[in-house]
Amino acid sequence: MQTKVSENRGQALKPTPETRPFWEAAKRRELQIQQCHECGAHYFYPRPMCPYCLSRNVAWVTCSGRGRLHTFVINYRPPRHYASDSPYVIGIVELEEGPRLMTNIVGVAPDPKALRCDMPVEVVFEDIDENFALPKFRPIP
Amino acid sequence: MTRSDRSQLRGAVAIVGAGESDWVGRLPNKSALTLHMEAAHNALADAGLRKEDVDAVFTAGRNMANEVPEYLGIRPRYVDGTQMGGCSFLAHVEHALAGIVAGLFDVALITHGESGYSRVGMPATRWGDDSNNAQFELIYGYAGPTTGYGLVATRHMHVYGTTKEQMAEVAVATRKWAALNPRAFLRDPITIDDVLSSRLIAWPFNLLDCCLVTDGGAAIVVTSAERAKDLPQKPVYVLGTGEAVSHQMVSQMPNFDRWDAAMISGTQAFSMAGIKHEDIDVCELYDAFTIVPILALEALGFCKPGEGGPFVSGQRTAPGGDFPMNTNGGGLSYTHTGMYGMFAIVEAVRQLRGECGPRQVPQAQIALCHGTGGTWSSAATLILATEIP
Ligand SMILES: [Zn+2]
Repeated sequence: MQTKVSENRGQALKPTPETRPFWEAAKRRELQIQQCHECGAHYFYPRPMCPYCLSRNVAWVTCSGRGRLHTFVINYRPPRHYASDSPYVIGIVELEEGPRLMTNIVGVAPDPKALRCDMPVEVVFEDIDENFALPKFRPIP
Repeated sequence: MTRSDRSQLRGAVAIVGAGESDWVGRLPNKSALTLHMEAAHNALADAGLRKEDVDAVFTAGRNMANEVPEYLGIRPRYVDGTQMGGCSFLAHVEHALAGIVAGLFDVALITHGESGYSRVGMPATRWGDDSNNAQFELIYGYAGPTTGYGLVATRHMHVYGTTKEQMAEVAVATRKWAALNPRAFLRDPITIDDVLSSRLIAWPFNLLDCCLVTDGGAAIVVTSAERAKDLPQKPVYVLGTGEAVSHQMVSQMPNFDRWDAAMISGTQAFSMAGIKHEDIDVCELYDAFTIVPILALEALGFCKPGEGGPFVSGQRTAPGGDFPMNTNGGGLSYTHTGMYGMFAIVEAVRQLRGECGPRQVPQAQIALCHGTGGTWSSAATLILATEIP
């Protein structure tokens, strides 16, 4: 399973054995992260052992899909070959379960007046080709 | 040796030579390795040493621990290619200290060369399609440092009320220092309004919030304090060192309103040096973006968390201000090859030797150098002095 995200993005997406379950879940419209059964912590990105206690006793769980926009930038200079109607919002979302991840904030103007740290957001999935869907987030009204 | 004994290392080694490539800026006719070579040549000449005297080579960059000794014709018996980004060379000083004190080698050459603008003879830097960076950051149009450093600026503005005007103060003050440095890439004066009205790169950064992209090299020579006494230059003693890494991908940064790695490296350096903040005469704080020195001042304890913005206001860090900072013109206006840290060390050495002409900080006796690596990922701190207190 490997694909060009799209002809004009240039960045191919190629899961590893460790990350494949995340991408398979995203394709099903589920945001999945891992939880440690030893210390209880949720964590992201995917790894075979808990980064807090190094236990192997970990499992995939489905997130609520809600969280808060921890911080963001509005990018006016996309990387080469990354097609976008610039500017676009790159955000760090803190999930209800605790971990943070990078994402795009969509469904809102790319304007610092329209965005605020800690504003509530929820996941939406965008198909990028027949194999992959990308979790992005939009403000919850 | 326990951690509390770190102070026993204070002043054990000295920087005895410092040099840069013949010129810095736009150098389309020189490869990265030639920039290493010029810097090493000039630093060794400055130290009054020959390459045969070098028994340890330190450098950062893929394969560079093999390539640099080959290119220079040095066969070291100790090599260190630690690559933690732009502050790698500050960490190399700590590693050289450890090796010299342990008796593993006598003379360490630490070199940097990067064709950051012209990209001549540079190693490939692209992340693999199956890297975590590609899957969890680049896929979102993440554009590297211009976007990663800004994530911290936005959160700091939210939590503490830091303003874009305060960030611009850093760019304006640094340009004033560059105006005093004939080698600086940009020397024309700028105003806060110029910074705020320069084109947007990635909000909250405008163009003049961002460092340069240039070509250049720099190198230093480190040996024991004892051997330093027999060499021609006034020794610059290493009083304190610290290094730390907290993450690689910026999305894994533990806190976005403070710089954890710098808090660790700074604490190590100050505890080893045994001096107070007010003892420091000049600071060279890696300024990849205007927000970086602001966070560094907080993390290193020059001010409280959240007070970095007010700290730099009123052109306090400019020539004539009471807190001389980035006296060569910094990464913002002097030069920024990609891994700027070595230039911060060289400038601190020159200030402590009193070689800086119109930009000389009067009676500079203790200097602090601090660098960042990756995207707030790593940090390293050096406290340097003309005497061992
Ligand atoms: Zn655990």
